[in-house]
Formats: sequence, structure tokens, C-alpha cells
Amino acid sequence: MTHAGFGPDLAEVFGPAHQDGGPELVQLLTPEGERVEHPDFSFGDGLSKDELAEQVRAFFRDMTLTRRIDVEATALQRHGELGIWAQLLGQEAAQIGAGRALRPQDYVFPTYREHGVAYCRGVDPLLLLGLFRGVDQGGWDPRENNFGLYTIVIGAQTLHATGYAMGMQRDGVIGTGDPDRDAAVIAHFGDGASSQGDVNEAFIFAASYNAPVVFFCQNNQWAISEPIERQTRIPLYQRALGFGFPGIRVDGNDVLATYAVTQAALQRARDGQGPTLVEAYTYRMGAHTTTDDPTRYRLSDDVERWKLKDPIARVEVYLKRNGLADQDFFDAVSAEADQLGHRLREGCKAMPDPQPMSMFDHVFAEETEELRVEREGFAAYLESFEGARA
Amino acid sequence: MSETTKQKVTLAKALNMGLRKAMEADPKVLLMGEDVGKLGGVFRITDGLQKDFGEDRVIDSPLAESGIVGTAVGMALRGYKPVVEIQFDGFVYPAYDQIVCQVAKMCFRSQGKTPIPMVIRIPFGGGIGAVEHHSESPEAQFAHTPGLKVVACSNPVDGYWMIQQAIAAPDPVIFLEPKRQYHADKAELDESATPDPLFSSRVVRQGSDVTVLAYGPTVKTALKAAEAASGEGRSLEVIDLRTLSPLDLQPVYDSVRRTGRAVITHEAHVNLGLGAEVAARVTEECFYSLEAPVLRVGAFDTPYPPSRIEEDYLPDLDRVLDAVDRTLDF
Repeated sequence: MTHAGFGPDLAEVFGPAHQDGGPELVQLLTPEGERVEHPDFSFGDGLSKDELAEQVRAFFRDMTLTRRIDVEATALQRHGELGIWAQLLGQEAAQIGAGRALRPQDYVFPTYREHGVAYCRGVDPLLLLGLFRGVDQGGWDPRENNFGLYTIVIGAQTLHATGYAMGMQRDGVIGTGDPDRDAAVIAHFGDGASSQGDVNEAFIFAASYNAPVVFFCQNNQWAISEPIERQTRIPLYQRALGFGFPGIRVDGNDVLATYAVTQAALQRARDGQGPTLVEAYTYRMGAHTTTDDPTRYRLSDDVERWKLKDPIARVEVYLKRNGLADQDFFDAVSAEADQLGHRLREGCKAMPDPQPMSMFDHVFAEETEELRVEREGFAAYLESFEGARA
Repeated sequence: MSETTKQKVTLAKALNMGLRKAMEADPKVLLMGEDVGKLGGVFRITDGLQKDFGEDRVIDSPLAESGIVGTAVGMALRGYKPVVEIQFDGFVYPAYDQIVCQVAKMCFRSQGKTPIPMVIRIPFGGGIGAVEHHSESPEAQFAHTPGLKVVACSNPVDGYWMIQQAIAAPDPVIFLEPKRQYHADKAELDESATPDPLFSSRVVRQGSDVTVLAYGPTVKTALKAAEAASGEGRSLEVIDLRTLSPLDLQPVYDSVRRTGRAVITHEAHVNLGLGAEVAARVTEECFYSLEAPVLRVGAFDTPYPPSRIEEDYLPDLDRVLDAVDRTLDF
């Protein structure tokens, strides 16, 4: 039953939940590895066949190495080397597509699952492992790679991203037309975080100030055990319109489409046209983290269905079917992944625990007298034990 | 060239002048908050600043406190020095997560690579006949958070200097302003003077019988109490704590070792308030000098009451003197 005067039934407007993301999904490479055209977005314009092949091979390599980081980290957690690990399995295309669309001067605000984006920014994956091992809370320098620290309170970083973008506006690095100068910010978050007040406030601030920020939501369908239907009654990308900026849904398992859409959204921001919401429609193939057990709340049928949309397999099919990569290439990437895995295993196990006294470091930029006294008191206490460190 | 060196100003005017100075000194200083632009803030603390520094530096924000503080974190990461205004103490809670989980921890999390030099100005305390949420004293919640520095000014001269010092500080500072004093008393401000360091307490009245500790709005109360007590032949030493985190208690210890007695007063609830920490530390440091337990005078453990009875809820001259009597009679 509908009540006159309240507009159309939302179910009629948006249709039932689309298992494949619906007709609005921007896709350039099908799960079967077929290139398809889209009226608004394209990949490889202006590239020669060789250049295009090289770029797609690079995506394949990026995604394969990212998956290896994830697989190794998961194994390291199982071996007790990491306290926990947030898996990205299945989200490689969303992260590599978004990560490769960035320019050096752009700035990334990640969640705790952006291992693929971190890889794109040149952050050593060992530093990611350090956080999950518990030796630090993010050992990379955000200023070196314009890649912020992982943010564990979900959605909080979308406000930081918006504020950072407002700073860029004041620095005059928006809309100058200089491709090496114009910059944008990308804020990563997930479907669960879309319910957070901070994300909604970030949308409002970004819209109000026309801030150069791309809100990149990886809708992986699950917020730990809660399905997307618990977070939203309409497709997430549709929310943007209510805040006053465009939203778009892209196949997050299609690296070409994610790259094309994110690049266009970032360029809008750099040009001074304001924020965009990109909903990368994907699926969390693994658990929320290594402590989670998805068999308690979701059907294996769903997982099997999404396996057919694997982001890496479709690129492999495309490359092979079109003769864009030979076996030597695949062997080389595989060997490189093995080397990376080896380096991560050995590097992780060799990571020393921090010194207890280091907890007193960097509480402030300017240490207080109070803290100095506490530090010295604890040092004296440790020293008081017989056989204390020489 | 500064044409004025001395003038009589209110706390509101002094803060306004201090903000202006800070903005002139550092182009990276930005002000942001609700109504801080054209209106000049509901208390007029930012009066005229948007006109002179422009909308890019004095930013009227959407009405969302978490958004204000969260975007300010981003601006700080970009190299700016945001000074945000929370309109009233009771409105800070939507921003609590950003303050406690992000502002306070960013320097530690990044191992010092990305400190957050930021000032969060909060008009605090009661006594203005306001409705609910407009009269609170949340300082202990922030003083209890590692990574934040918390200060409270009590008079125009301190307001002028402390706001500039807080903005210049490399760490996040919660800056508490006693709102009932904004337009109350004028004091002579000498802009050519050399201020005390920001994170220092100060003896504001010397005495020999009891040490009375106060900060923010209760400094005036304590000084009045000292004046009244002197008529009865009792000599109270009054210390304005000024910095609540870190605490600067050396002057307090020195004083208590002479007087043997201490009373601390604040508008916040006594239970688990700042006075409890001060009492504990004074007891640890001055145990053999104490003639009586450290007494606390503050609000009761109730929510802030309707304003018609707020003067019964807030510590006043009589309740401070009552505590002075009790410590002397102990």
C-alpha cells in the first residue's frame, strides 16, 4: 500500500536488490573477460595496442602481488605471527583501480583494509604487517607517500580527508590546469561506515565547501556479519544526490572500470568541481578479519557466485584470449609473488618487539614535565630488577 | 608597529585581540566553528575577524561538531593550525570521538610524524541562566585523555596571552573559557608585557593559613572568598591552576608546605573531578606537611540543574569559606 503525496514506492524506483549491482553498474571488463563499452567511461583511449596491453598486464601484476600480501598475512596470523589481519580477498580490483588512478600529489585516507592502495602508494607491505603484529600503530610516514595511517574507528578518516581537501583549496592547488600541481583527496570507507555520522558529516562539509575529495566506498556487502540491507534501503551511490554531489556505482571487481571511474572522479575534484561518491560494488570473499567466522551468517552459495566474478581471473582471461601476455609473463609475476611472500614471511618473523620505554615517546610533540617524571619513574622501576638490561 | 600598549579590556575582547594577533603572526592559523563568521560567534569572541581575514580563514561551518573537529584534523595534517570554536560546552560531545580517538592519538599513532597542532576553544561553566547543555564543565574528561593538553583562563590578561600560546603550541590544546566572565570584568592589558609560560600555574593572592586552588570561573570566587576571609583574620593563598593537563603543582606543593591546608574548587562535579587528582598528588607530595585532608568544593553529582537553582549547585564564596572553616577546624 502506498500513501499519496509521499512520492513513488522506493522499491519501484530502485528495484529489488540486484545481485549483480544492477544496470547502473559501470563495467568495462565482464567477469568472463570480455571488454565492453560504456557511454561515459572508457579505458585505454589514446593508448597504442602495446601500451594498453602493458597497462593491463601491470594491473594483473599489481592485483596478483596484492593478493599475495593478503594470503601471506592471513597465513602469518594463523601461525601466530600477527595478532589479527583484515583480509581484502576479492577487493583487489577496487583497490588497484583506485590506487593507480592517483597522482603523486593526491592524498589517500585509508581504512584498515587498504593494503592494495598502500601497495600502489609505495608503502612497504611489511609496515602494514607491523601494525597487525602489534609492534606499532602504523610505521609508515604519511608524508612520504601521501598515504595516511590506517584508521580503525570506521568513517572517522572521511572527515580528515575532507579537511585535508579544504586545506588544498586554500593552498591553491585546485583547478589551476597544471596536471603536476592540481591535487585531490580520496577517502576510503566501506558499506558499514556509510551509516556512521562522520561519513554523513563529511558528505555535508565536502558538498558545502565544494571540497576536492572522492569518497570511495568499497561496498563489499558485509559489515562483519551485517549485510548491506542493514545499512541502506537504497543503492549507496544514490545517497550522494541527497547531499548535493554525484554518485556512481562501478563494478569493483573490474579493475579497468574502477580505474576509469576513479580517475574521472579525481579529475573532477582536481578541476575544482567538487566531491564525488564512487561506490565500488564488490564482495568480501574472506572473513571480516582473521577472528571472524562468516559461515555463521552467510551462505556459501553467495561466495561461490562471487567467485565467478573474481577480479584477477577475468584479467588473466582477457590477456590470454587476446594474446596480450605470454606464459613467460605469468610465470614471472608468479615468481615475483613468491619472492614477495618469502620476504614478508621472513621480515615479519624478524620484526623485533618495541622497547617498553618507547610507549612514552611521541605522546606529544612537546613532552610534558608530568610525562617525563612518569617515564623516569618507570625506567627506574625496570632498572631496579636484578639482572636488568645492562 | 603597535600603537597601544595598555588598555582596559574584557575577557571577550582580550580573546578577540589574541586571536587576531595569532592570525597576523601565522597565515596558517584558521578559525572554524558555528556562527564564527559574520556573527562573530554567539559570544562575539571572533567579532570582526572574518571581515578582516576573509572567509577562507574564518570559516562558518555546518552545524556538526564532529565534522568541525574532524575536518580540522585534516587541515592540521595539511599544515594548517585550526582553532575551532565549540559553541557551548554541552555541544562538545558529538565531537568527543574525534577529539579522544583522533586528535589526541594522532601524534602517538604516527610516532611523532603527524602531530596535530590545533586548539579547541570551549566556553565552559555556568552562571548565565541558560537552558540545559549550556553551562557544563567537561574538563576532567579531556584531562583524563592522554595526548591532549587542557588549559583554562580566568581573566582577560591570561585570555589574551594564553590563546596565542595555545595556538603556537605544537600539540592539541583544549582551551576552556569561563563564559560568565566574557563580558564581566575589565582588566588592564599590557601587550608589551612578557607572559608566563602557558603550562604554568600562578599564585594570584598570597596568604599563610589555607591554600585555595581554583581555575577558570572559580578563580574569581576564590579571590572573593580570600577577601572575605581576611576580614575575619584568615589569610588565604589563592592559586590559579591555569593548566589542567599537564598540571603544574610545584607552586601548590610549595604553598601547602607552608599553609598545611588545601581546598580546591571547581564548577565540575566533585566526584572524579580534577580536584580528586590534585588532592591525591598533594597528599603524595606533602603528606607530612598536611594538617588536614585536602577538601574539594564543586558541583554535586547531579546533572546541571535548571538555571533558577544553579547558584545553589555551583560552588560560591560561602561554600569555599565553609570548606576553609572545616579544614581549619579539622
